[in-house]
Amino acid sequence: MSACTDEDPRLHGIRTKIRVVPNFPKSGIMFQDITTLLLDPKAFKDTIDLFVERYKGKNISVVAGIEARGFIFGPPIALAIGAKFVPLRKPKKLPGKVISQEYILEYGRDCLEMHVGAVESGERALVVDDLIATGGTLCAAMDLLERVGAEVVECACVIELPELKGRERLNGKPLYVLVEYLDD
Amino acid sequence: MFQDITTLLLDPKAFKDTIDLFVERYRDQNISVVAGVEARGFIFGPPIALAIGAKFVPMRKPKKLPGPVISEEYSLEYGTDKIEMHVGVVQAGERALIIDDLIATGGTLSAAIRLLERVEVQVVECACVIELPELKGRERLGDKALFVLVNGS
Repeated sequence: MSACTDEDPRLHGIRTKIRVVPNFPKSGIMFQDITTLLLDPKAFKDTIDLFVERYKGKNISVVAGIEARGFIFGPPIALAIGAKFVPLRKPKKLPGKVISQEYILEYGRDCLEMHVGAVESGERALVVDDLIATGGTLCAAMDLLERVGAEVVECACVIELPELKGRERLNGKPLYVLVEYLDD
Repeated sequence: MFQDITTLLLDPKAFKDTIDLFVERYRDQNISVVAGVEARGFIFGPPIALAIGAKFVPMRKPKKLPGPVISEEYSLEYGTDKIEMHVGVVQAGERALIIDDLIATGGTLSAAIRLLERVEVQVVECACVIELPELKGRERLGDKALFVLVNGS
């Protein structure tokens, strides 16, 4: 589900604060830059509030955030709903015992890691990232949580790029986004 | 001996207390910028920024920020590294905090200070959860004040 026509008035402010940078990191990509959103304290707060209003009181005990921009949005949500924050990181960043999940990129593979013991079986979790594109990273994140017996309640992103069909890759897991970017 | 803050983040009360301690210190200091150093500074900086009504400015490894950036190099034990900040996100005269999870040698923090001072921002304080005092990072910050919650030794 994403923003619909009868939309929350805060969404307009959020949408207009996201900057699109053409041809980054490579030619042809219209990069969705959320750092401009973070420069507006009201818009940043509204962003967090929209997620918190949705997830508070839903018995969610884990907010997993994907490095690095998921680290910006995940912790404020976790703090507001009283959940733990679990960072999901690129390889070799987390010290101690980890579990790894590989995923496919356009060219090659990458890997996401989570600490062993951070999440217990039966916990209800959110996965947070700034944006969903192809859905590869979010899938890997969900896999990590499900492998330890957690229930992924929803994936939550600020932005969706619907043309890349990431939503379909989530295997039926719900996705909640605040804004969609359509390349026109 | 790696100081791992991820276990702190697993305890909602302890994580909230960590943020509250910083917020109580900075809320009435007229700070409009919280700069957080990638990546663990991204965990502590935004909650502080949101609570005190400041903007959050990420400071990142090279080539992560799109568009025009300014860079500052700093030395490592072997070689150098760089951090970057977007052009135009801060204005001359703004008052800023710099946040990271930990200060070790102070190399990254001193580069962050230089980035902000180059655009005439006043760095009010550097704030970290942990300090490793034996590495004398505090001395590398020049005249800038440092506030930490715990010493790791």
